[in-house]
Amino acid sequence: MKKTLLATLSVLALMALMLLAACNKKETSESQPTGAETTAPAPAATAIDQATVGSVSGAVKFDGAAPPKAQKIDMSQDPACKGSNEAENVVVDKGSLANVFVYVKDGLGSRTFDVPKESVVLDQSGCRYHPHVLGVMAGQTVQIKNDDPTTHNIHPTPKDNREWNESQPPQAAPIEKTFAREEVMLPVKCNQHPWMKMYINVVKSPFYAVTGPDGKYEIKGLPPGDYTIAFVHEKLGEQDQKVTVGPKQSKTVDQSFKAGAM
Amino acid sequence: MGRLLRNDPRFAGTKEHRLKVIATPYNRRLHAFAVFTACVTLLLIVAGALVTSNDAGLSVPDWPTTFGSFYKMPHMVGGVKFEHGHRMVAEFVGLLTIVLAVWTWRTEKRRWLRMLSVAALGTVIVQGILGGLTVLFFLPPAISSAHAAVAQTFFCIAVCIAMFTGQKWVEEPPQVEFDTRRPTLFPLTLLSIFVLYVQLILGAMFRHKGMSWWPHVVHAGVVAVVLTWTAIRALSVYSKIAAVRRSAMMMLSLLITQLCLGFTAFLTRVAWGKDTLQPELPMVISTVAHVAVGALLLATTVVLAIQVWRHVPVAFEERVPGTERTPQAA
Repeated sequence: MKKTLLATLSVLALMALMLLAACNKKETSESQPTGAETTAPAPAATAIDQATVGSVSGAVKFDGAAPPKAQKIDMSQDPACKGSNEAENVVVDKGSLANVFVYVKDGLGSRTFDVPKESVVLDQSGCRYHPHVLGVMAGQTVQIKNDDPTTHNIHPTPKDNREWNESQPPQAAPIEKTFAREEVMLPVKCNQHPWMKMYINVVKSPFYAVTGPDGKYEIKGLPPGDYTIAFVHEKLGEQDQKVTVGPKQSKTVDQSFKAGAM
Repeated sequence: MGRLLRNDPRFAGTKEHRLKVIATPYNRRLHAFAVFTACVTLLLIVAGALVTSNDAGLSVPDWPTTFGSFYKMPHMVGGVKFEHGHRMVAEFVGLLTIVLAVWTWRTEKRRWLRMLSVAALGTVIVQGILGGLTVLFFLPPAISSAHAAVAQTFFCIAVCIAMFTGQKWVEEPPQVEFDTRRPTLFPLTLLSIFVLYVQLILGAMFRHKGMSWWPHVVHAGVVAVVLTWTAIRALSVYSKIAAVRRSAMMMLSLLITQLCLGFTAFLTRVAWGKDTLQPELPMVISTVAHVAVGALLLATTVVLAIQVWRHVPVAFEERVPGTERTPQAA
């Protein structure tokens, strides 16, 4: 009888403790100021002679008779979601293709680069991600903000980095995260608003860019050399081009994606 | 062809033709409660299917708390209304199962049924833990599929408890007809349960992105053949036995419905829905209905197997050759 009483009291005490712990907790993101992945100390950056650096720029076109019409998204399941309801998976304006991630895929050899101290900002506003495609160096901080009057959850689904999932209520402090390993087109989504999707591109060098609405990009500060430039689109796939950049040279590398790839 | 035992002249007018009457009083309230628990469990399966179809499984990132609290109601919008709604129905089913287990344990005379009610409680606990693990580990296909399979297992147990506590089961003596055909009907019903269970796992693995769609679609043909064979055998030979006839008819009807829903779900999700930007209503409705009817089909097949085991035993002299036939039934 005594044993039963003792066991009952223990279970009740455990439940009370769990309840207390729950009451003391705030919503997830508030209790987690940062979530940096553990990275090994970065080796010293390879010196680049700034007097000889060149650049690569160009425009990315959508090669098709009729550019795809932006698909509509239905945001009615959350009244707090207002604003544009067009998808950003293929954004074409007068033949120019936006949201293409362009980076130096090959040719940098064993060079290493300093990780920028500044954060890259990913904003959630109008129940959409801004920007839709983001470039960041491995180890660089991504600051995630919520400017919406509703709770979002941020859920990257990487192949090579650590997966995580955190909620962020309105007016919550920004969530700060880093990605340790190189990974291109790493999908990020919000499970509360299933149309919310964006892509983070984690690279080892600072030589990357994302095409704007005019399809243009520019990669500056490239040391002379032979490079492979990769153009990656979330839906249209990847295309590569080789380019040789001489001292102080500005090269133009245009690229086009065909409609048939969709 | 089997003969009705009650028509056997050797047993006419004797006590033996009544077979074994179970001395358990019918508890109307317990039965009604068990039926209610089974119905809410089906609702829970629908709620769970809505979570998956709306891709809302991780809209609440923590477990067992919801946004850090056990009791605070979150703002029920977007994916949260599906995920937290599912959790609330699950908690209710957990509570119902506790009550059912305690009630059965205290009032039921059949020991095996008391044990079954405890097994139901164990299953619902395992199911809750699997649900939590799948959230904490970001929906791994194996755990999510196990969560789907255990859900339907629990539903079958709940339906069985409802059947075992029913008036017909408790008060009416079995109407026994010996099975002389090959293969006998009972193994056929077990084979039906097996192929349905395999189909459930294949479907769950596809739904949770652990497998392609084609094994589930190909196996649907196997399920259709085995279940049709079982239903035709039951209906053509044992249609005089109401419990077997009803279950077989229901199984056949659900099978046809399920095949139609499966085809619709394939169209809305695989053929037309692969490039959609968000879960669309036709896909959600067809896939959720496919899951719910799948659960009903599995439970009906389990009921058919139990009714066959009860009413259509293999002739005793065939089970124990050389022994005098003695009526044996549950």
